[in-house]
Amino acid sequence: MEPPRSCGDGAEEEKKPRRRGGGADAGPPQLRRRSSGGADGAAGPQPRERGGSVSRQRRDSVRKNRPLFPWFGLDIGGTLVKLVYFEPKDITAEEEEEEVENLKSIRKYLTSNVAYGSTGIRDVHLELRDLTLCGRKGNLHFIRFPTHDMPAFIQMGSEKHFSSLHTTLCATGGGAYKFEQDFRTMGDLELCKLDELDCLIKGVLYIDSVGFNGHSECYYFENPTDAERCQKLPFNLENPYPLLLVNIGSGVSILAVYSKENYKRVTGTSLGGGTFFGLCCLLTGCSTFEEALEMASQGDSTKVDKLVRDIYGGDYERFGLPGWAVASSFGNMMSKEKRESVSKEDLARATLITITNNIGSIARMCALNENINRVVFVGNFLRINTISMRLLAYALDYWSKGQLKALFLEHEGYFGAVGALLELLDSA
Amino acid sequence: MAERGGRGSGGGHGSLDKSITLPPDEIFRNLENAKRFAIDIGGSLTKLAYYSTVQHKVARVRSFDHSGKDIENEPLYEISVQEEITARLHFIKFENTYIETCLDFIKDHLVNTETKVIKATGGGAYKFKDLIEKKLGLKVDKEDVMTCLIKGCNFVLRNIPHEVFAYQKDSDTEFRFQTNHPNIFPYLLVNIGSGVSIVKVETEDKFEWIGGSSIGGGTFWGLGALLTKTKKFDELLQLASKGQHTNVDMLVKDVYGGAYQTLGLSGNLIASSFGKSTTADKEFSKEDMAKSLLHMISNDIGQLACLYAKLHNLDKIYFGGFFIRGHPVTMRTITYSINFFSKGEVQALFLRHEGYLGAIGAFLKGAEQDNPNQYSWGENYAGSSGLMSTSPDVYPMQRTRSGTFDMLEMDRLERPLVNLPLLKDPSTYIPDTVDLTDDAMARKYWLTCFEEALDGVAKRAAASQPDSVDAQERAEKFRQKYWNKLQTLRQQPFAYGTLTVRSLLDTREHCLNEFNFPDPYSKVKQKENGIALKRFQSVIESLDSLGWEERQFALVKGLLAGNVFDWGAKAVSDVLESEPQFGFEEAKSKLQERPWLEDSYSQWLQRLKDVTAPSSPSCPFLAEGNPVQPAPGWL
Repeated sequence: MEPPRSCGDGAEEEKKPRRRGGGADAGPPQLRRRSSGGADGAAGPQPRERGGSVSRQRRDSVRKNRPLFPWFGLDIGGTLVKLVYFEPKDITAEEEEEEVENLKSIRKYLTSNVAYGSTGIRDVHLELRDLTLCGRKGNLHFIRFPTHDMPAFIQMGSEKHFSSLHTTLCATGGGAYKFEQDFRTMGDLELCKLDELDCLIKGVLYIDSVGFNGHSECYYFENPTDAERCQKLPFNLENPYPLLLVNIGSGVSILAVYSKENYKRVTGTSLGGGTFFGLCCLLTGCSTFEEALEMASQGDSTKVDKLVRDIYGGDYERFGLPGWAVASSFGNMMSKEKRESVSKEDLARATLITITNNIGSIARMCALNENINRVVFVGNFLRINTISMRLLAYALDYWSKGQLKALFLEHEGYFGAVGALLELLDSA
Repeated sequence: MAERGGRGSGGGHGSLDKSITLPPDEIFRNLENAKRFAIDIGGSLTKLAYYSTVQHKVARVRSFDHSGKDIENEPLYEISVQEEITARLHFIKFENTYIETCLDFIKDHLVNTETKVIKATGGGAYKFKDLIEKKLGLKVDKEDVMTCLIKGCNFVLRNIPHEVFAYQKDSDTEFRFQTNHPNIFPYLLVNIGSGVSIVKVETEDKFEWIGGSSIGGGTFWGLGALLTKTKKFDELLQLASKGQHTNVDMLVKDVYGGAYQTLGLSGNLIASSFGKSTTADKEFSKEDMAKSLLHMISNDIGQLACLYAKLHNLDKIYFGGFFIRGHPVTMRTITYSINFFSKGEVQALFLRHEGYLGAIGAFLKGAEQDNPNQYSWGENYAGSSGLMSTSPDVYPMQRTRSGTFDMLEMDRLERPLVNLPLLKDPSTYIPDTVDLTDDAMARKYWLTCFEEALDGVAKRAAASQPDSVDAQERAEKFRQKYWNKLQTLRQQPFAYGTLTVRSLLDTREHCLNEFNFPDPYSKVKQKENGIALKRFQSVIESLDSLGWEERQFALVKGLLAGNVFDWGAKAVSDVLESEPQFGFEEAKSKLQERPWLEDSYSQWLQRLKDVTAPSSPSCPFLAEGNPVQPAPGWL
């Protein structure tokens, strides 16, 4: 596994255009500049320079080639926005004194709250402590909010004069493209747009390498086919390649990763987390992902699905199909009587099982086609979703006769955002 | 995953419809000679199969021994009409609601008492087991669904021309029929019933279930019923065909604002099915949800099928099951999905007789001692219903489903069909010059031509059997039957595969045979052959007197002129009506000057020069005793 990357020292790193000249002597006067005139924070890999104002810089306390605080990584997905924020803990007194009000208030706001507005949430349990990034020590915070609140987020950035900080906002995910114009016009911010798959892989490899506060980031389920003996155990992803990376967000992307730089998107499916949640909303009237999962945990999908044993009375031996296997998802719902006898919980459970089995099935076929036997599942569909994780582990193990292993990562949906943050640091 | 569910509302046991009366001449024909019954009962359709023998007249030619006799005033050969018995396979498809009526009908008409068992397959076989045993007094012998399906599939792939087609919604010809390939293996069969079964078929008896998916027709139906409160499968499909999935699905452009250019993913691709319905307070239309569901399921099946095809290195995928069965809507979405996920490398293929595969297979299991696989079987166009579209939106002219009996009849051919060994590539050889499915103008022309000639053919048929008391009556029945076939083909030119002049002639011949007219033209042919043979010597002599090149040209013109009579084009029939003395020389003189419409004469001549010594003897032309053969490839 590659060591934690310090910034700008990777010889293999593509030299990216930088805006920083030798601005070490940029003085405090600019620090308090609140107007956002000519704010082109584009220090990132995206050589998008607006205007020519590169002369005045805030001073970095250690005067090294590292980007200005605050350090954010943003991943704007179809349903959720994932934000990682690096909180420096090694701020010296001098630095604290020089820190602009704005920056300080952002830091305090983000680190002293666990919820933002009505929909923003900080996943405190995922916080990575005492991390060293670009020579700075600090904590990495993981925050998420729904994509439909993106305009409000940009609005807030505008009100807090975020652009005056002259920082670079590295963003990935489709929203980096979709909201680029809004960032520019509403927030006077120039986004540094990054490819989501690049970021995803970068994020996964990095977080796995630094570990989860002394614990393993990667884990698997032992004895997935045995409900009694099944348990979650750490997995050492020291030699990760090749691996199949299955990212389950609103939709699903499947990548075959052969090395840090060599990967390809094998395929994708539109039956993802958005499908589970969307169908649950229609079928049960629920309004949050948590609610949908809670319902699913109490339901019985075998009332909704038609199993092999419902058709053959037991196993279908001719094809080696076990009686418990689902023959037709929602197949029982062809009958009016059965439609009237199922609960919302049963429907939620069946939806979850259907989507999960299908992802498992496609992932398994890709793994076979690509000749890869380790499959890493990530994405926010798996958040608080033990049912799906155990089912994926079980399905992969069962249908591959033990040849394939399903692996999971603690920071499920945040790798794209982490990757974006790393790009910011690398670009400096 | 292997269940073959039914379509439509599904006739329960409790709702059997006994109100219909079955016309004995049209449905369940030849029951008096029937044996070896098989039945395939799906969720709403029953398919019944049996074997019968058909007695019909055939014209046999016997030449006289004229050695040493004066042949001037004697016919050169005699035609005797003989009764011959041939084997026929009958397959009938009807709704489960009529099963009791049908079983009663069969019981009443069944004469053969050797039959002791009936082979049964399909998900509904167990449900009707007692009823069948009680009504028919036959023991129900159950056969594995998938084994029957594969057996049936192999059988139709081997025996029925243009069984296979690709579906192209946005082209002029929606149905693109394929020429039968001599080697049908290996292939992938994706059966979309309530679930999906993916089976790899390697040889006649070797097949393997390689995978499946629980997201299939039952998911569309069950989930669709929950979402839209629409109960019937067909109605759900209709809803879907009217909906806009973009209102429900999250597209790439909803996430990206446009295309995802790095990956070349178009903005219109679905990023997340139902991704826009993640809200409790918005209402979505039934049509939109049904459409989104249809896309979700079709795309998923197509993707898995491609993944399996890739893993097993297969490029032929046949789709079947009630989800597909003749529905243009699902054939379209599946085709789209296969094209997308295989990047055009794999083609989605469909079968004209997909609905019969299980019944055919079960029948074959029961008829193994007759070795049906040793023979070649031909689709009898007179006794078969042909492919109908079941989407009322697309084809308003089609029959209503209820009370419909769909039929397939196949005749055992006298001898097995093999590919002409001289063909360079039998799978690409197309004997017909005009594809009338494709060419609407030509289709109209030829259908009209056959319609206008029909009265004359019927008259001649009656006249060919002057001693028969019911010849007139039979000729009229023939006329009516063939007329109806022509009207069907006007509406659904794809009903029996690619429509060609040859298939129109075959259909006419099958209809004639149906009413016991083996060859209405036999007398005419006899007369003309008599005349031709008398001139034979002089024609040969005149050909031999020509130089080599001239002779080749004269031969070709002779072939063309001879064929002009047989093809019966309207212009020729007009000429024959107005000029009774019109003969071979007149026909030759009426041939167009070169270049002909399709003219490769010069290449042919060159090839002859290259490969043969210029001394080949000329050959005579005789009116053919058999149905019209395909035109030579160079014509």
